[in-house]
Amino acid sequence: MSQLVGILVRRIGISVVVLIGVSMLIFAIARIIPGDPARIALGPNATAEQIAKLRGEMHLDENIVIQYGFFIKDLVSGDLGTSLYTNRPVTLDIAQFLPATLELVFLAGVIMVGLGLPLGILAARFRNKWPDHLVRALALLTVSAPSFVWAVILMLLCAYYLPLFPIAGRLSDIYEIERVTGFLTIDTLIAGNVAAFLDVWHHLILPAVALALSGIGQAARLTRANMVETYEKPYIEMAQAYGFFPHRIARIYAFKPSLIPSLTIIGLDFAAMLGNAFLVEAVFAWPGLSRYGVNVILRKDLNAIMGTVLIIALTFLIVNIIVDLLIAVLNPRIRHSTRVQS
Amino acid sequence: MRALRIIVRNPMSLLGLILVGIVVLSALLAPWIAPYPDHNGAVVDFLNNNRAPSLKNLMGTDLVGRDILSRIMYGYQISLVLGVIVLAIATPIGTLFGLIAGYRGGWVEIVLMRIVDIFLSIPPLVLAIAMMGVLEPTLTNAMLAVTLMWWPWYARLVYSIARGEREEGYVVAAEVIGASTWHIIFREILPNCLPAIITKMTLDMGFVIIIASSLSFLGLGVQPPTPDLGSMVAEGARYLPDSWWLTVFPGLSILVAVFGFNLLGDGLREALEVQS
Repeated sequence: MSQLVGILVRRIGISVVVLIGVSMLIFAIARIIPGDPARIALGPNATAEQIAKLRGEMHLDENIVIQYGFFIKDLVSGDLGTSLYTNRPVTLDIAQFLPATLELVFLAGVIMVGLGLPLGILAARFRNKWPDHLVRALALLTVSAPSFVWAVILMLLCAYYLPLFPIAGRLSDIYEIERVTGFLTIDTLIAGNVAAFLDVWHHLILPAVALALSGIGQAARLTRANMVETYEKPYIEMAQAYGFFPHRIARIYAFKPSLIPSLTIIGLDFAAMLGNAFLVEAVFAWPGLSRYGVNVILRKDLNAIMGTVLIIALTFLIVNIIVDLLIAVLNPRIRHSTRVQS
Repeated sequence: MRALRIIVRNPMSLLGLILVGIVVLSALLAPWIAPYPDHNGAVVDFLNNNRAPSLKNLMGTDLVGRDILSRIMYGYQISLVLGVIVLAIATPIGTLFGLIAGYRGGWVEIVLMRIVDIFLSIPPLVLAIAMMGVLEPTLTNAMLAVTLMWWPWYARLVYSIARGEREEGYVVAAEVIGASTWHIIFREILPNCLPAIITKMTLDMGFVIIIASSLSFLGLGVQPPTPDLGSMVAEGARYLPDSWWLTVFPGLSILVAVFGFNLLGDGLREALEVQS
């Protein structure tokens, strides 16, 4: 237990360092923008005094290190500035749009793990036989197209030609759900509206599958590769010699050690999904953070751009801490080690 | 040469080689073999706009009457040029980073790899999107944005190999006879990283194409009228399901190219493993 706490503390420490680095990187990107941020913010009709005033408020006349200091000071107090696009605090905008994206990405993550790992196990168990070839070919195919292509294809097949799923949005117009958490799967339950709850899931499935597809392929390929390697270990041979059932060997002895390296990559795939959500949300008119992100980018809304990227990086770091803890729980060598591994 | 023979003998990697060959040739020869070579620019032919696939236009025509097949061939040109340039810049930078971090160790390793971690902790597409957000959407800037997110992956790959090689006998021997750090890094360790780097570059051609088309799909990459596979899909998506050919063919053409590079990359990895 104390080892897990040690790993957690260490990971959080590293994440804070990384997050500071990310903030510097984003700050640097935001400052290489050609032109005067104050002038861009105020539009072409602003007077010189207005621009000078805003420059003062944005600390643009200070040197870059002091500017960064002000940026961090605001950041720590939870102030990401005001969005030029919505004229509201960026934190409010993010709080409004983030739940829709997280709902989509989490479901996609569950689908990725829920389908990717079993397919990988299946392929490894029947390696070099037809299920293996089939899984490998399909997995390679799914990672070979960007998620907007899968979104368009799925939409065409499963929403237009076979009208199984709704074409766009998160919820049908007939339902009015009071916003509590912003997660419609939870809010509909709080409202006690079962029909709306089912409607939310109906809307979620197609975009989530589109988002998950390449991750499924990635997870299956990786799990297969790791398991095939594990199958060559002597202890598997011994289990086979003892006459254990093949499915028991696959599920217990070969799968668990293979899962550990897979988990790291699954964490990275989750990051990729946060980015790919931009594409899927665009196709399915999903009112999430990504659509907000693209809108603020097209308007060169610096505060909102920086806020969006920071919050995505933070989400990703949290997921990675969870993944690291899971690995520690699964791996007895880390769980029982007397010192915390680097 | 032996690697090539192994690839040709495996039906899947042979398919990859063929697909990549078709993509590269149709891009290179587009000005001569495209059915409507002048349709790569701001041409309009409203008499023939939004036509379904026919013998005259095998993949139909777009909203202003341009032949989609011809535009896909020119779209491949953009994708391949972008991929080659991004990898040509990102690979040496990442490799150098990884070699130094892996061989030197100590605080150099900690500082360099933390920098890499920072880049890797922003989802790749998000970083590229943020870059394009503050820059003007042009081909050069798209390359810059994709390169910025690409090099850390090579740094990490090379670092993991170099760190393993650091303790190997041949490296220690070179140190003992007084070889310089640069000699050890480039002449001793680098050759052992090359197979992994080459394999990753082949696979990455596909992924660069995916990222670049994703940027232009969002309107943040190459701008019209330059033909780009991603922006073709985005333009056509508004006219689903009736004008399906506007999106389906450009979308599938991305799939074909990336699938080809992935098959070839997988075959190459196996071939190089067998060789070593």
